[in-house]
Amino acid sequence: MLELDDIQHFLMTRPHALAARYEFLSFRTPQSARIWLNGILDKVGTTRSVRAADEHDMRWVTVAFTWQGLLATGVEDSSLATFPDEFREGMAARAEILGDIGRNGPKHWIGELASNELHAILILFARDVEQRDRSVRDYEEFLAQCDGAERLSFLNLEAIPPYEYSHDHFGYRDRLSQCVVAGTDEVANPGSGPPLKAGEFFLGYPDEDGDGPRLPHPEILSRNGSYLAYRRLQEHVGTFRAFLEQHGKTREEQELIAAKLMGRWRSGAPLVLAPERDDPELGADPLRNNNFNYKTMDPHGYAVPLGSHIRRMNPRDTAVNMNRRRMIRRGGTYGPHLPEGAPEDGVERGIAAFIGCASLVRQFEFAQNVWVNDPKFHELDHERDPIIGTHDGTYQMTIPKRPVRRRLTGLPSFTTVRGGAYFFLPGIRALRFLASGARA
Amino acid sequence: MSQASQSHDWTKPAAIAIPKEGFFTPERGRYGPVFPQTPANYGFSIIARVKPGREQAIREYGKTIEEAVKADPAVLAPLKLHYLRWLLFDIGSGLHFMYQGIFDTDFDKYVEDALVLFAQTGITTVFVNLEGWPEDWQANAPAVIQFFRDHQCPSFLEYGEYPYVSADEIKKALRVKDLFSQMLDQMQ
Repeated sequence: MLELDDIQHFLMTRPHALAARYEFLSFRTPQSARIWLNGILDKVGTTRSVRAADEHDMRWVTVAFTWQGLLATGVEDSSLATFPDEFREGMAARAEILGDIGRNGPKHWIGELASNELHAILILFARDVEQRDRSVRDYEEFLAQCDGAERLSFLNLEAIPPYEYSHDHFGYRDRLSQCVVAGTDEVANPGSGPPLKAGEFFLGYPDEDGDGPRLPHPEILSRNGSYLAYRRLQEHVGTFRAFLEQHGKTREEQELIAAKLMGRWRSGAPLVLAPERDDPELGADPLRNNNFNYKTMDPHGYAVPLGSHIRRMNPRDTAVNMNRRRMIRRGGTYGPHLPEGAPEDGVERGIAAFIGCASLVRQFEFAQNVWVNDPKFHELDHERDPIIGTHDGTYQMTIPKRPVRRRLTGLPSFTTVRGGAYFFLPGIRALRFLASGARA
Repeated sequence: MSQASQSHDWTKPAAIAIPKEGFFTPERGRYGPVFPQTPANYGFSIIARVKPGREQAIREYGKTIEEAVKADPAVLAPLKLHYLRWLLFDIGSGLHFMYQGIFDTDFDKYVEDALVLFAQTGITTVFVNLEGWPEDWQANAPAVIQFFRDHQCPSFLEYGEYPYVSADEIKKALRVKDLFSQMLDQMQ
């Protein structure tokens, strides 16, 4: 039975938010961490409380810690040593595994995200910018009273037009393929696969392989917790649009190129179901827009190229042990909208997202290392994920087509990693344990 | 006929001498250094000492695998194997087990997928008969992967008569050959 009173709501609910704020923190002393946490605890929503609340009640926040952060709150070494290696090392130390090299590398990261001084994150979702800014003012007053708790950096997130549906700066509709956790009353959209055992996302429950891994000690700290991989990904909208113009003579051809890179039209309509032309009605229909497979419906990639983004991030029935690789994604867009036709203005914009899972190495790092950046994924040759892969201008993309395939060469980087971190998202009892300074 | 790889010519046999550590330049993988693809693809040679009195159990496990593949020829497909070779030998320092595999995925992914296979088939593993195998293997995948890495003896030479070609590509080529053959038969 899932402990919905203890699991933070972050990975279980999806608030109707048009704005958000991420606050990155550092604690000078364990005492300062405890004071800060005690002051914030009653604002941290559980899955049950947030589900029961009015959907416009957006006062809930989420709190998560880096391994250095757990150390900073005073968790004992013997306990810290029981957390998995990848979490202990942190994302910056494992950059090479993730493909975060060159200008994606930690030495270029901003907001102190690569620093060992990064201890915690506070995530606030708000109905709109006004509500967010009001909450931030309240928070700043509170933070000023917490001597030794310091803001390292922050990021404001805002939805971009059109506001009717969620999408990124490139214009791709988002949040289309969501996994559902078994034991909740959520119903998966057709094509999203069967509900997955809770242990794939929350520690202390059976997973798709059995009883689940051993919990880090003490159990009160780890049970009902999850790991979060945070990625701040700049989207180079000007580069992206120029690429489409370079490779497509007409507006229709450009849209098709955009669709082939993603595997879906920007409306969200999947190429498997709408291979020739866009179908915005299909893209907006949650009962249809994810209901497809690859093995029988598009085995050779004539609709969705084998190396396209969605085929790499979720190969569906063409990869083994898929149930062990699924993740829950949360996040949103930051930076100003770049209107269609406007020249690149050099302002940073992108998506800042969290990938939630029970094992960073088995789920997030696997996806990044094997699916996103493997040049030989699905027997391809010198290709990487066209949207989020690590690019140096030499990779290509094959678009199967009759009678002759098309090959796009010299793919530029459409995105750059501007920062990232591994966090542990504790349950409510664990937060109280940390706030109390108790020892196991 | 398609090329196996833009950078490798399958028609040209290739050999490669490998440094002692098993790689040319250190590259970090998820659980340790990445062992590179060679003309003989990815693979490993795991060598571990057998627990006393377990020889027969290991030999019988050969039959278990034979039966499993007979019952479901695709049972090992997730591992992307070309070949498996299991050996038992004693050259004066006790009985040892050697597990040689040649496959098309990286080392860590192979071991992860193998562990899922053990769990899915509900059978125990031959490795419980080896010294050093983690007691808590069912709940401790990282320890199992570490066991494989600790007992891996990297090759110092690998050769491929048709280098860098994957099992899927070979099967594809053979399928095309069969189809051509059938087509020619039909035209008689």
